[in-house]
This record gives sequence, structure tokens and C-alpha cells, in this order.
Amino acid sequence: MSFATSPIWPPADPRDRGGPQQPLLMVRGLQKHFAIRNGVLGRVAAHVRAVDGVSFTVHKGETLGIVGESGCGKSTLARLLMRLIVPDAGEQIFDGDAVGVQGGISVKDLRRQAQMVFQDSSSSLNPRMPVQGSVAFGPMAFGMPKADATALARELLTKVGLNPALFGGRYPHELSGGQKQRVNIARALALKPRMVILDEAVSALDKSVEAQVLNLLQVLKRELSLTYVFISHDLGVVRWISDRVMVMYLGEVVEIGPADALYAAPKHPYTQALLASRPSMDPDRRREEAPVSGDPPNPVNPPPGCRFHTRCPHAERVCSARAPVLGDAAAGAHLAACHIQNPASGHSLAGRPVLPALH
Amino acid sequence: MSTTVSNAPPTGNAAMAAPRQRGYWGTVGYRLRYDPVTLFFGAVLLSVILAAVFASWIAPADPYQESIIRRLKGPGYMGHILGTDELGRDMLSRLLYGGRLTLLMGMVPVVIATLIGGGLGVVAGFAGGIVNTLIMRTMDVFYAFPSVLLAVAISGAMGGGVTNGMIALTLVFIPPLCRVAETATTQVRNLDFVDAARATGAPLRLVLWHHVLGNVLGPVLIYASSLISVGIILASGLSFLGLGVKPPEPDWGLMLNALRQAIYVNPLIAALPGIAIFITSVSLNMVSDGLRSAMDVRS
Amino acid sequence: MFGYILRRLLSAVPIAFGVSVVCFLLVYLAPGDPVQTLLPPDADAETVAQVKRMYGLDQPLPVQYLTWLGRVMVGDFGRSIATGRPVADEIFRSLGNTVLLAGLSVLVAFSIAFVLGTIAGRHAGGWLDRVVTGVAVVGVSVPNYWLGIVLVIIFSVEMMALPASGMGDGRFDPTSWEHVQYLILPVITLSMIPVGIIARTTRSAVSEVMNQEFVTTLRANGLPEWRVLRHALKNALPPVLAVMGLQFGTLMGGSILVETVFSWPGSGFLLSKAILTRDIPVLQGTILVLALIFVFTNLTVDLFQSSVDPRIRRA
Repeated sequence: MSFATSPIWPPADPRDRGGPQQPLLMVRGLQKHFAIRNGVLGRVAAHVRAVDGVSFTVHKGETLGIVGESGCGKSTLARLLMRLIVPDAGEQIFDGDAVGVQGGISVKDLRRQAQMVFQDSSSSLNPRMPVQGSVAFGPMAFGMPKADATALARELLTKVGLNPALFGGRYPHELSGGQKQRVNIARALALKPRMVILDEAVSALDKSVEAQVLNLLQVLKRELSLTYVFISHDLGVVRWISDRVMVMYLGEVVEIGPADALYAAPKHPYTQALLASRPSMDPDRRREEAPVSGDPPNPVNPPPGCRFHTRCPHAERVCSARAPVLGDAAAGAHLAACHIQNPASGHSLAGRPVLPALH
Repeated sequence: MSTTVSNAPPTGNAAMAAPRQRGYWGTVGYRLRYDPVTLFFGAVLLSVILAAVFASWIAPADPYQESIIRRLKGPGYMGHILGTDELGRDMLSRLLYGGRLTLLMGMVPVVIATLIGGGLGVVAGFAGGIVNTLIMRTMDVFYAFPSVLLAVAISGAMGGGVTNGMIALTLVFIPPLCRVAETATTQVRNLDFVDAARATGAPLRLVLWHHVLGNVLGPVLIYASSLISVGIILASGLSFLGLGVKPPEPDWGLMLNALRQAIYVNPLIAALPGIAIFITSVSLNMVSDGLRSAMDVRS
Repeated sequence: MFGYILRRLLSAVPIAFGVSVVCFLLVYLAPGDPVQTLLPPDADAETVAQVKRMYGLDQPLPVQYLTWLGRVMVGDFGRSIATGRPVADEIFRSLGNTVLLAGLSVLVAFSIAFVLGTIAGRHAGGWLDRVVTGVAVVGVSVPNYWLGIVLVIIFSVEMMALPASGMGDGRFDPTSWEHVQYLILPVITLSMIPVGIIARTTRSAVSEVMNQEFVTTLRANGLPEWRVLRHALKNALPPVLAVMGLQFGTLMGGSILVETVFSWPGSGFLLSKAILTRDIPVLQGTILVLALIFVFTNLTVDLFQSSVDPRIRRA
């Protein structure tokens, strides 16, 4: 069976090992701290806790959205999932196989099944390579003859809506942002992945182009039975594309749940504030001041207890004393790492099912 | 195939004819063709190189043939187009032959240093960490010598000669080339497309070869081309000090030194080898400058 | 700021250490037994053995290095093979002459190049710019040892206006033409390369500043053009001064060819004579001192720049 003539993805993927009930990706306690060196001898002075004990599950065929302010560790998480950065601690289980450990799945094999789409920027494509070369690189690296790889690349360009006769031989600087992003998607698909991590994949695009690319992503997902991890700071886009949503704050997961439930009734004050800060279409409901004030605290020295307590309208003594736990995120439950959600926490609002509205 | 196309929005196809696709080096060549200054000096440089290569065909006389009676004669004297040197040898022939050793001593070290220094720089830039520290701190030590001094020190200690001179110049050029390559590599390796290439699971050598090297080569080659002129001047300088080419071999630097005594007898002859060095070095600098602006894709 | 200075000073230590290792190893680059490089060729076997013991050449290399370093630290560079005098004396007698030559050359280069560069930067893209850029290319392309010879031909041989070599008799007196005349040709020759380099730096610094928004604002405020230029120059000066400092260090070590042409009794001429006579102790000592001066000037320039431009400190 040659790459060029076969239907690109058979409906039942022979690589599926665990069956539909086995989550495609399970992450437990993933952690990455970056050392900050300074002083005369370049000693490690502090650590940036970019990703600090993150756990979640991605089910087969779903789209998990990950949102958070810039600097919350989303992009580091994406690179950790691809093992472009080596984690300090934590485990990652891909379709039942632990990644990068004895008896599990190797990083190389992981990368054949999981791919990443980078944010559109001047650097997301090699400026010295025609774009079809960038798409063909992955298959060629795995031994596909150049002619076949180029044919596959051109097929993929067609698939993402770019005429290969017109665009295949072009260089990145000859393409618009939306076109480049289509190439980025084609490149990620070239190795026939089962999971695609999209890191701010549409954030740099104009709204109209963004909508086209989002539509394309939905079509591709259905056709190729893909699973997406969709990372963005844009709450609207995340809601539109995601089945479930995970909210990150200062390297931690603060809330996770089905998109509809999470957007309709956020359980964490941070999520609530994020949602309230979206510009409203209704002029009467436009708010004057930001619901979350100030910048996020420094991830070098995160506040003790709940990391959000310095900005939380409901902060009480317990919040700075103890860190709330998220609980087990399995089975698509709607969970939040907030003392208010835990009746036994001692918070005055504890046990109330709905958060009081922001004032 | 057509079933899948219909789902995807057809943007992009709307663009009319694609611009003529030249590729990167095609664009550079295209720009150079329309740069008269660079073309002129390129032609001069080419003639100098060709004259040196084909000296044995062009030269009117034997460059080693001495004559006691025809010493330090001016241009045109008895068929000697550019006169004769302090031993009565034909100047034009010696200048033509002299270009061979001078160009060789100036260029070969740059080429070798580009391979070694550029290679080390790419390794340092891509590996980072302790490897980078080790390589770059070693380079810093050699950076702590002014280039003339380092060249003189090494070839002086080794006892001079063409080979030792070329080794010395190679050592002089490795650190700056390494630094340029390291800077370029460090910049490139942090770009998303390199991460994307790594994310395919491709072996490191393929990522380096296809995605890093192509983007590092430009700056390194531009810098290396600017070093050739320095190489020619330094090589002639070593010969001038008696550290490079040994008599009676013809070499511009050595000839300049030997003819220093002739300034009272025939100053024009004494100045000739320097003019040859100067023309070559100006041409090299101008060509290198032209190349630099042609290779700057952003403008 | 203090932390930066300390870090920068400390970072010079391993470099100085590396420089000393390279200079030490120079002796071993020389063909043959290193002891022969320390002695006249006609030394008898007994002397060879004695010197070998004295210099510890029978010891392992690291021990030899430490011994050598210990002596160098107290200013003992050994004795010159050619003259028999201590190398340190030879170096420090000539070093002042090179400082004089290099310092004056950089000052002359700066005064010429700053004007040229300002004109070019002010009219960036125009014909004046092209002329100045051409001059700068010529400046860095001309082999200065040849330029020296040409100047000698013109001013000494043909016009007989200036002396061709040396620096006159007796102690150097900066007020007397008898002495100053010796400086003119070497200084012009040596300043050629720095003219090219400083003019280029000035040009790009000035043209960059002239394109910045604050200059537009000054013009919009109705400031006369010469005062606008003064503002621009003030901003362009630090990088130019830094390049000037670096050039001084380069000339200190790079004046060997020019000093040889003019027989200027500086450290470069000393080096050149040492090469001809294969006087390795002098070669080693002079190179060590010149390289350390170069390291020190670079360090000074770095600290100067960081005190002017706080952005550099972060690097």
C-alpha cells in the first residue's frame, strides 16, 4: 500500500490499542521548573514553576481546550506533551503506554502518533525551504522516498485548501498568515498522527481567517478521526471547538469540565473572572473595569495556599493557608480546585453550588 | 481527493498567478546581476585569480631568471612591461606568479577555518549547555589576541614558512567564525520550525542538516567572504615579516619587503606588489559587501 | 551594576589564564627541543643541562607551566637570547613608544572618522555617503605596511620633508619638532584602518539615531538643525567611543608591521626583531604582555559601555 494512493486514514485505526474506553492521553503530575541563574557564579537562584503538577485526561476523538492568561504554562505544557522539553517529574500515558520509559512507548513513536501545530509567526516555517518541503520533511525523515513524500505533501496541501500547483513551491514569506497556518496544519498531518496539539494555532490570524481555519480543523478532525488538544487564550474560540475545557493558572489546573457546563456555570472564581472579562456583544452589559485586577503573580514565587487568592474576590484565610485540590479528573467530571467547592474546607461560601456573581 | 477538497474553504486559490519562483539563491543571483559595482569588482577579482592560476601561460618571462645588469629598471625597460626587481627578475611575471602563493595563503585558511570554526559553532549553538560553554570559552581565549598578534605569535613560534603561516591564519580565523556560527545557530534553534522538525521524531542529524544548517550557512558565508580580504593582508604581512613565503619564491608580501631597499632607486617598482595586494583586497571587500546586501532577504 | 562589574572582572580571569597557557605553549610550538629556543645555538652541553634544570624543563608540563607562571607573576620573563638583558626590561622600554604611537593614531583616526561618519550618516544614501563609505572601504582594505612604504617614498624620498624611520635621539620631547616629525608618518599609516572602522560605526550610529522618533520630535519642535544634530551625536557617541577603545587595543598588538616599516622602537618592532633572531623568550613575553593589554582594554570598554547603556548589563 503506497502513501499516495491509499485513502489517507482508515476509519478503524490499527494503531488503536486500548479500545474506545482507553483514554488517548493521560497525564499525571507533570512538572517543569526552569532554573533562573544569576550572581557571579551563575548559581541557580530560583525556579520558574512553569508547569507545576498538572494532571488531566484526553479521551479518544474529543477536543480538550486549554485556556489561561499568557504565562500560565500552556505553551510549556504543549512542548512537554511532545517531549520537546523534558519534564522534571510526572508521567504521560499514551493509549495505555507510558511515554519514554522501559516497556512503554518511545518518544520517537509518540511523535509519530502525536503532532503539534505551532502558532503562526515568522518562525513557524523554515524560510529557506519551499512549503511543500516543510510538509514532506517528516515522512522523508522516516524513510519515504522523496517523490512519494512530495506527492503526499501536495495531497495534504490540497486537503488544507491550498492549491499545490500554486503554493507548493512557494517560500513562507510569500504566503499570508492564514495560508502559512494551513501549511503548518498540513505539516502536522503528514505523519498521520492520532492526536494533534494546537498551540495558539489560530491566535495570530484575523477573525475571518481564523473562522476558516477553525472550520478546516473541524472537517479534518471528523475525516481523519483525530483527537485535539487545543491551546488558546481566546475563550470564545476554545468554547466553539472544545468538548471539554481545562483552565490553567500559574502552572496549575484550576478547573476542568465539559465546555458547556464550565462556560454556563464556572466553579472557580478565576474561570468566572476570565469569562466575565470577555467583551460582551450587548452594550448594556459591557463592564467598565476588569474583573480580575492586576497582573498574575510572579511564577517564581507563587503565593502560598491557593495561587489565585491574591486576586480572588472571595479569598479568605483558608485560601492562603492551604492549597485546594482539584480531585480526580477522570470520567469527564466538572471539577475545580477551589475551597468553595469543598464543603469541608472551612470557607464561608463552601458547599454553595453556584458562585456569587461578580460585582 | 476531490471529496476532501470540497470541504475545505478555497481561500488562497483565489490569488491569481503565483509570483515567479526563484528560490533563495536564485533571488540572490538575480540581485547580484543588477549590482554594477559588485559586478565590476567581481570581474577584477576574477581576473586576479585567473591571472594567478594561469600565470605559467600568461607570464612573459621566467620569474626566477635573475640578471645582474638589469636590476631595478622601470616599466618598459627592454621588454619588461613592469620593469625588474632588485635581482633583475621580471616584475610582471613575479607579480603574476606571486598571486598564487598570496591568494592561496589568504584563502585556504579561511576555507578550513569556516569548516572547523563553523562546525564547532553549530555544535556549540545546537548542543547548548556545557558543550557550548566549553567550546565558546576556549574561543574567548583566542579572541583575547589581536589577529595580527596571534598570527605572528603562532607562525613566529613555529618558525615561519607557508604551511606554518596557513596553520597560524587558520587558528586566527576559527574563533570569529565559530562565534558567528554559534550566534546564528542559537537564534535558529529556538525558532518554532526547528521544534516542529524535532516534533516529527526525525533524527537529530536530519533536523540539523535540513533546518538548521541552511539558515546558518548564509551569515557564516557572508562573514567568511569578508575574512578573505583580511586573510590576504595578513598572509602578505607574515611574508613581509619573513614568516611566510621564503625567497626566492615570488609572493606579494615578500616582494614588498625585498623591494623596501629599492625605494631610493626606483620607488614605483617598490610600490607595485602593494598595489596588487590593495586591488585584491578592495575587490574582495566590495564583493563581500555586495554579497551581504544581496543575501539580506528582508530588504 | 556592582554585581555586573564584579562578574565581568571575574570573567576576565579565566581568559587571562587561558592567554597565559597559550603563550606558555608557544615555546613548544617551536621545532626542536624547547631548551634550544631558550639558548643561543652554540651553547655547550653543560649549559644546556644547567638551563634545563634551572627552568625545570625536566619536570612534567603542568609543573613547568606553574613554575613559569609564578616567575611571570613577579615580572620575570627570562633573558633575551639576542641581548642577554631581562626580557621585562626590553618590553617595558619599548611599550611606552607603542602606547604613544597607538594612542595618537586612534585619536587622529577618531577626529577624522567622526567627522566623515557624521557627514555620511547625516546624508545616508546620498553621494556624500557613498564617497565616505568608499573611503572607509579603502581604509580597511589598504595593507598598512604598504601604505607606510608609499608615504616614505612620497614624503621622505621624493620631498625629503619627513624622516623615514626611527624616533630621533634622546628622550622623546613632545614639544620639539625634532622629535614630533618622526611621529607623523607612522601615525598616519597606523590610523588608516581605524579611520575606516570608526567611520563605518559612526555612520551607522548617526543614521540610526537620525531615523529615531525623538529626532523627528525635536525637528517638529522647531529646533535648529545643528542642535538636532548635536542631540543625535550625543546619542551616537557611546558606541563610537567603544569602537575607538577596542581599536586602541588592536593597534597595540597590531602595530608590528607598521613599526617594522618605520623601525619605530616599540613593542611591535621588538617582536619583529625577536622573530628574525628566533629570540623565543622575547617573543613569548611581548605577546603575553600585549595580549593582556588587549584583554584589559576590552574589559575597560565593556565596563564603560555598560555604565552608559544599562541594556548591556543584562547580557
